[in-house]
Amino acid sequence: MGEFKVHRVRFFDYMPSAIRALAFQPQREKIAVARTSGSVEIFNCADRFFQEKIIPGREQAATEALAWVGDRLFSAGLNGVISEYDLENQKVKYTIDAFGGPMWTIASNQQGTHLAVGCEDGTVKLFEVCEGKIQFEKNLAKQKGRILSLSWHPSGSRIVAGMMDMIRVFNTETGQSVHRLLVERGIGASRSVECVVWGVVYLSDGTIISGDSSGKVKIWDDLTGTLIKSHQVTKWDVLALSVSQDETSVVAGTSEGTVVQFQFLSVVLGQEDKEWVQTRIFKNHTHDVRAVLELGTAVVSGGMDTQFVVRPLLDKIEERGPECVLRKIQFPHRSLVSCAKKAGLLLFQYPGHLELWRLGESDGHGASGSVLPVKRKPEKLLHLKIKGEEHICCSAVSPCGEWIAYSTVASFRLYRLHCDNNNVSITKVSKLPKVLSSANQICFSSDSSKLFAASTCSSVHVVSLSQTVHKFVCTLKPKSGETLLTTAVHLLAASEDGKWLASANSDREVQIYNLTKMKLHSTVPVYNSGVTAMAIHPTTNNLFMVHADQQVFEYSIEEKKYTDWSRQVQRNGLHYLWLARDTPVTNVTFNPKNPTHIILHDAYMFCIIDQTLPLPDSSSQFYNQLTLRSLPEKDRTKHSHAFKMCKTFKELMFVELMEDQSLVAVERPLVEIAAQLPAPVRQKKFAT
Amino acid sequence: MVLHSIGGFLVHKMRDPVLDNTAWLKTYYYYYCYFLCRFLICGSGDSVKVFSTSTEECVHVLEGHTDQVTGVALNPANHLQVYSCSADGTVRLWDFIDGILIKTFIFGYPILSLYVSEKHAGNFQLLALHLPKVPDQEVEAKDMFAVLCDISPNPGSTAFGQGGEYIASALGLRLNVYFFRKQKTYRFSLKATDKKGAKNAFTCVACHPKDDCIATGHEDGKIRLWRNFNQKKEYTYSTQHWHHNAVSSLCFTPEGMHLLSGGVESVLVQWHCEEVNKKDFLPRLGGAISHIAVSSDGQMYCTSHSDNKINIIHCSFKLSAVIQGLVKGNIWTDLVIDSRTKALVMNGRPGHLQFYSLQQDKQLYSLDIVQQEYIYEEGLDQFEVMKAVFDVRGNWLATVEERGRDSDLEFALKLWGFNESAQSLELNTTITAAHQDRITSMCFSPSTETTMLVTAAKDGQFKVWLLGTDSETQKEQASWSCDFVGSYHGLQPTNCCFSSDGSLLAVSFEEVVTVWSSDTWGLLTTLCQPPGPIRELCFGRLSCSKYLACLHLAVTCFLFDKLLEHVFVFRPSEPRPLFTQKAVCEGKVQRCVFAPRAEPLDSCDERFQWLNRSRLYYLTEKMELLSFSTQTEDERILKSRKQLLVDDSVAVTPFYLLLGKHRRQQEEEDKLNFMTNQVSERTQHPQASVAVKEHVLFFFFLLLKIIVLKIVLFSFIQYGTSLEEEWRDTQSKLLEV
Repeated sequence: MGEFKVHRVRFFDYMPSAIRALAFQPQREKIAVARTSGSVEIFNCADRFFQEKIIPGREQAATEALAWVGDRLFSAGLNGVISEYDLENQKVKYTIDAFGGPMWTIASNQQGTHLAVGCEDGTVKLFEVCEGKIQFEKNLAKQKGRILSLSWHPSGSRIVAGMMDMIRVFNTETGQSVHRLLVERGIGASRSVECVVWGVVYLSDGTIISGDSSGKVKIWDDLTGTLIKSHQVTKWDVLALSVSQDETSVVAGTSEGTVVQFQFLSVVLGQEDKEWVQTRIFKNHTHDVRAVLELGTAVVSGGMDTQFVVRPLLDKIEERGPECVLRKIQFPHRSLVSCAKKAGLLLFQYPGHLELWRLGESDGHGASGSVLPVKRKPEKLLHLKIKGEEHICCSAVSPCGEWIAYSTVASFRLYRLHCDNNNVSITKVSKLPKVLSSANQICFSSDSSKLFAASTCSSVHVVSLSQTVHKFVCTLKPKSGETLLTTAVHLLAASEDGKWLASANSDREVQIYNLTKMKLHSTVPVYNSGVTAMAIHPTTNNLFMVHADQQVFEYSIEEKKYTDWSRQVQRNGLHYLWLARDTPVTNVTFNPKNPTHIILHDAYMFCIIDQTLPLPDSSSQFYNQLTLRSLPEKDRTKHSHAFKMCKTFKELMFVELMEDQSLVAVERPLVEIAAQLPAPVRQKKFAT
Repeated sequence: MVLHSIGGFLVHKMRDPVLDNTAWLKTYYYYYCYFLCRFLICGSGDSVKVFSTSTEECVHVLEGHTDQVTGVALNPANHLQVYSCSADGTVRLWDFIDGILIKTFIFGYPILSLYVSEKHAGNFQLLALHLPKVPDQEVEAKDMFAVLCDISPNPGSTAFGQGGEYIASALGLRLNVYFFRKQKTYRFSLKATDKKGAKNAFTCVACHPKDDCIATGHEDGKIRLWRNFNQKKEYTYSTQHWHHNAVSSLCFTPEGMHLLSGGVESVLVQWHCEEVNKKDFLPRLGGAISHIAVSSDGQMYCTSHSDNKINIIHCSFKLSAVIQGLVKGNIWTDLVIDSRTKALVMNGRPGHLQFYSLQQDKQLYSLDIVQQEYIYEEGLDQFEVMKAVFDVRGNWLATVEERGRDSDLEFALKLWGFNESAQSLELNTTITAAHQDRITSMCFSPSTETTMLVTAAKDGQFKVWLLGTDSETQKEQASWSCDFVGSYHGLQPTNCCFSSDGSLLAVSFEEVVTVWSSDTWGLLTTLCQPPGPIRELCFGRLSCSKYLACLHLAVTCFLFDKLLEHVFVFRPSEPRPLFTQKAVCEGKVQRCVFAPRAEPLDSCDERFQWLNRSRLYYLTEKMELLSFSTQTEDERILKSRKQLLVDDSVAVTPFYLLLGKHRRQQEEEDKLNFMTNQVSERTQHPQASVAVKEHVLFFFFLLLKIIVLKIVLFSFIQYGTSLEEEWRDTQSKLLEV
């Protein structure tokens, strides 16, 4: 496996922001996640909850709620505007002011014709969804007190609104209030505090389910407007509710970090009479659960502790597979760190600024696993704050460490870095080509002479860089055949010799461009899972790709086909423990000294694939590093296989091999993230 | 609605050994409105007892089973009748109002529990019995069918579902639900442990009376509520967790509004089925809750405890009555008779001494010695009462409580005085460091002039404690202080004993007995007997007061023998046993005591004259208190009870049977001499003092293995004679002085 000097980097203070809202698109099986930073992420449920798209946030976005209308995604926020997102190019398409003050909720009807928003001023506003825009239709009868939650009856004729101390049912035709359901306040000290109905759900049989700040989930009948049953779920707030598609299960997220499930069960077996019964409690969060989704086969929840948790409901899943595991997604599925291999610099991407660090140095030698003395401490060279409200969507540092580029939705900036020992200064490169208005992904060629910026419609702009002149070379476009490719590129990989560039987009297509001819060279056959990491081998020019379902492929660019090794992998099948890994591989890199080695990492391990060794079969021990170490030298070769896993590091954000053969491992321990979170609600625990 | 209690309400008779599943006796609580009285029916030993819940009195004892009663259930067809099942393989139907046996069903196999369903055509449903051999489909006297095989012997782990539609049974990690109509079993398994270290094994099951909901208790204290269990995959359950240890019993109220649960914490928890998070607690009920029952109208709850206690609780969660039997548990103290109350005093609840009236067969009261909250958790080292001694008049009680192992031993000597105005014992003095090491023995001086206590401890010393006079401490109560410290060649004292007049103190140091004068605290003489260390030491009384008996034990023989126990009764002046009873019980006899009778018997049978004035009670390893009774006594008891005799064997008490069984053995033993001439002497004493002294008065009891017997007897005889001679010498010396 070889020996590396490892830079164990822990100074990347990455802090994810809390999840505020979740919305499920049933046809495409996608989940939209809104965070408090205003960013919206799209996860693909069918593809192992791979984070396909990230729409960067902006200052004071304060997105409160999300709603899908068909394939279109809308959001409403406390800034008082409704936004529609351009999911292809991963940005906000347009915003429209609802003129009702801050908005707490947005809901679409099942027919996909209308959107309803609940406003601070007590109005429910209906918007008609038109082609390419939405249009205000009417206000429902104005109420006293803000509207905090909304739910359409599946027929679209009624809408229920959760408010302060009450729930209102409106007729959407007339706009009149049909029922006023009073919600009692909590007992004791909270009697003087208004009861906030945080979530409502309107079922097709006329049942209304509400969750409120007194910790109760209440079940109402809309025909008579009466309370049927009340469940005290928590001492604190019930913050979110979600019903499954078949309306047999409701989940409620609480301030205690629990998700409580209610099921519609027949009380006496075999009889038709059914009741909502509280059944399971899932505790996967430490803080408020602000949003939940009941997908039928899984419960998805997110909240203040920033984790996106998928809890499978095993009783609904037919066969055992990768969807049977509990997933906790903490880190984005793309790299926030870029590295200047030659200069030993690391660029960290935060939402509002960039940090450039120089790695420390050590000349010590020690035994395996020992801590070496640091000769020079790592040094923060640069703290680059961005201008404007928009958050950074991508950034890169050139391999020589001379150029830094970043892009927001609105602007693209390139900086030149001057570094003479202790004096660091940057100059902004002005007069960039006009075409570089924004980029979805940025990449430098290995000799730092070219900059590749992925732009709209899967195109990649190539700019040649020199000391003085920055020239736009051309735009690489995929073959515009019958179907126009429109989705944005999320991964770029340039070859070491500067001849090839590979791009992958969220439609799972991978294009390879010839940079000498500046045109499309070939297209990798589309695989039905998104590419999570890829890189071009420095010597063989093979493109190595890892997909969200943990499959690995090696594609020979010159021969335009999969390599023998890749075919062998597909024939043999990968080890089941490898396929069961629940975080995607986010970076692939190579060892120039040892061309058969491929280094890749996910959040919990890094791995070296030795292509010369036999592949593990299902009977062999997969995590065998400790066993191998205990064996005598002779027997090791007999037991070793191609996958060499290393789990010594805590949660990994980035692993890269530098030019001096030292390994950089950027760790972000979850305990440090948890330490920065606000204190959770106090709960009495046994024996405290 | 069945309640299990641990048996051991004073059992007067000997009986065959019980099955291993430690005495799962059931109690049954029943409310009958026509008579406006309420009954609690519970199995106790091999009889069924009917208690009144308002007065706590035992109304009837239904006798007839020849083995442990394992289950009691009300006849759903007639609420005046009750079924009981027993390990003797029979089910009996009783009229419990009149205490009459109506019917006996005989099954071949020991029955471990009984469940009755209203919906099943009048006759009760028998579950497949947990037996090593799979029960046959057809058994004589009754056709029965095996519903579920492989069920837990614990009666709490099986329950009838709503309307008798199904039966739920849990064993290990699996819950089986059998639907009678579909004749189909659904099985639900849990993992043994999960990542968080939960222990998921089932401990008990209860079914909701109205809904299809099964509550299961688990080893780690969780309660799961199962629903939709007629589906293989889409079953669901919710989990509640309050108990920190295994849930031992679950019970729904008749309307299904509440679920009651209990465990080792001894807290009854009432869960509200409508509001899952709401629960009520009733703490400090006694020992670990072993079973919970609810009356059919839901007005009364009932908990039975491992310490042989039944609490009757009103549905407003207030304790309304307590039925306390002899508290089971570890016994460290000797069996002591309190001369005031004539009660048997021994370890009761943890940290308490129980005062158990032998005449009334119930606990009089429990005295808190340790005066610390007991924490119901395994592995905790808490203070326990190790020794308790009364003085002759019952005015003073000395107790020793201990905690910890040898290195970090903590102990305290407490002295309790009887307060005439309060009519109770009150703590007078606490001595925390009475000795350097564990106290091995203590005794009060029987002399009337001084109140004196001698303690002997492993630190090689014995100390004499005296009650200070009132004048010294002025208004405050007189307290105890140390008067004399004695030792003998650095040896460890093992026993100490005063002579009956209090003039002499004998302290045994391993193999040596030292005799001290209680006036001068001078060492009078030493007696040495080499066979082994001295286990017990006692002065003779009255005519035998010239004897000092020591018990030497060949320890090696004693420890590894697990044969049946034998009881020998000796007269000090006679080398041969006065009375021998073989095989009195299974396992070892732990302790025994002579207790005075309330009224002396006038038996003329020579063999049993030693039983006339006092009664020998002995405690077995299984915490059963047994006693000998004469035939005439049994007959008298029988006459006093109204009984409808169905067959002859029922009327004969087990003791009678046992006597018959052992008759052949006894015939041989009958040839032994029985001496009774002491009775005449004793009657000259005032009645009260006789009663006081009786427990040590008459005979030395020796509990020995038959193997050791010869050796010991030999040494005893030898010892007796040599001692007698030496003793005479001493006496004469004393006289000379």
